[in-house]
Amino acid sequence: MADRHPRLKELKFTLYRIFRNPSALIGFCLLLMFGIIAVAAPYIAPPKYPRSPYVMPHKGFSPTPRPPSRQNLMGTTSGQYDIFYGVVWGTRTAFKIGFVVVGIAALVGITLGLVAGYFGSLADEIIMRAVDVAFAVPLLVLTMAIIVAFGRGLENVMFALALVEWRVYVRVMRSGILALRDMDYVQAAKVMGVSHVRIMLRHLLPNGIYPVLVIATMDIGSMVITAAFMSFLGLGAPKGYADWGQMVALARNYIIGPPGDPLKYWYTIAFPGLCIILFVLAWNLIGDALRDAFDPKIRRG
Amino acid sequence: MLVFVLLGVSVLIFAILMTFSPERRAMTYVETPQQVKDIPQIIKQHGLDDPAHVQYFRWLKQISTGNWGWSFVAADTVWNAFWRYLPITLELNLFTTPLIIIIGIWLGTQAGIHKDTWLDHLTRIFAIIGWSLPTFLFALIMLMLFYGYFPLFPPGIIGDKVQMFILENPDKFHSYTGMYTIDGLLNGRLDITLDALRHLAMPVFTQVVVVVALLMRVMRSSMIEEISKEYVITARAKGADNKTIYFRHARKNALIPVVTVAGWLVAFSMEGSVSVEIIFNRRGIGWWLAQSAIALDIPVLMGMCLFFGLVYVVTNLVIDILYAAIDPRIRLT
Repeated sequence: MADRHPRLKELKFTLYRIFRNPSALIGFCLLLMFGIIAVAAPYIAPPKYPRSPYVMPHKGFSPTPRPPSRQNLMGTTSGQYDIFYGVVWGTRTAFKIGFVVVGIAALVGITLGLVAGYFGSLADEIIMRAVDVAFAVPLLVLTMAIIVAFGRGLENVMFALALVEWRVYVRVMRSGILALRDMDYVQAAKVMGVSHVRIMLRHLLPNGIYPVLVIATMDIGSMVITAAFMSFLGLGAPKGYADWGQMVALARNYIIGPPGDPLKYWYTIAFPGLCIILFVLAWNLIGDALRDAFDPKIRRG
Repeated sequence: MLVFVLLGVSVLIFAILMTFSPERRAMTYVETPQQVKDIPQIIKQHGLDDPAHVQYFRWLKQISTGNWGWSFVAADTVWNAFWRYLPITLELNLFTTPLIIIIGIWLGTQAGIHKDTWLDHLTRIFAIIGWSLPTFLFALIMLMLFYGYFPLFPPGIIGDKVQMFILENPDKFHSYTGMYTIDGLLNGRLDITLDALRHLAMPVFTQVVVVVALLMRVMRSSMIEEISKEYVITARAKGADNKTIYFRHARKNALIPVVTVAGWLVAFSMEGSVSVEIIFNRRGIGWWLAQSAIALDIPVLMGMCLFFGLVYVVTNLVIDILYAAIDPRIRLT
């Protein structure tokens, strides 16, 4: 088996390093659980309106939450929305937000970072100055400004976040490419007349992508947090949409119960809140393990 | 360079602004409901139909003279409202920033020195959990526990009794800075300071826990890197004790990358005040920003983008100066 492809061998070593880390195992288990819930959502919580499964079903309009019962496994939140249903379908929403935002931002960022790092000179100057400007305004403020410009809604929140977050990937990708650009094998490829696109995609990208992967993994968590906060403020998902941030918003007036029983409505915030925290935690644990696994300094100890 | 960034930010904001129709931009000049019927005149009067570059320079001139438009949420001009809300946020950050820096550097140093011991693992768990906690959720949980279950720390800025006292005796309490903790001391009213501190405790705690994680991790890895360098081995060979090596030699060098992150965190914690202020009902910049976003109050959002751009530029300047102070090899040019 000595003639196996070197990349496969490296991958096996990397996987071994990742799974030796107990916190990564916890992260993967959590993620697996969320993944199963998201995929099996129609079976776990059958939608009441098959055409719009993301709308949380509710019986009545009473604002007072009801405790967990046989009909509502986790109780109902204000407006009588079923918490169990919201938590299950909210998992899908969270995955959607994370993958779409990070996917778009990383794609744009990686492309621009590659171009800036590889060609240098004018292209580099223009792209990096634009990134400098984009970095000057904090994530939350710029996202809010863009949402106000394009209107509310979950799609617009995702769009706005992607429009802000690409800047991170450009910087990370570019610094990775700069270290590789003058290596002998790249020079050799150039001399042999390999096209620019092919050098960038075949030779630079596979070697410079690891820091981007680490950042992207952790970014999924922080993007879900930011999107949840937007929904919490009422800028994101419309009312009744299965979204953890919005469920926290619905619970907001009930975090403090009547006098004498201050934690009466604990279930309204506990379940969606726990979901957000565990989801983000899972991605962060994996990201942390990936960073340790990819770090060349401590890779072979 | 920094001026360039600020100019770039203004172009960026203007680009966002230009996605609105002239009618919607005209609305930002409307201060009373009666003026709504005059919108076509307002468009003409302010030239909102002109080519983009003409409008941009006119807008830049307006901004630089302090004419930032009208805020519905504050029912005041953006400029006046800004100075009214700023002290509340500044007060919060006046307490959080030193705490974040001191705790972050101290814990990070300890974790770096005692790598792979229980202390290191504990701070690692603390960092990852702190990182995964959404600020608004953590703030809500704190409110639930320490206001609902244990009625210790109420939300808001000051208590009702103190508020009433200030409103009824305008001659006895003069607002020097707009920050109640400092004004209380300046007026010789320790009870007001204490009351304000009681209201500040939870917001400060929330923000420190969420933000300190990152600084701690950077300090830790920087410290580990320094300890493994050759000058540390030399110092050890000379017979220097651990305390001297860690705190006189290694920590000073380890601080250099941390300064960048710390400076960045100052800007970041201004942003973090948004969720803290919303949950704890402190009417500062962050609260105003979020309310303006909900109410689609355009001039406020544009003004805030520019303000945060300014904070970023100034922070970067301070970082550069600090670099020279910490590392004599770097000279300011």
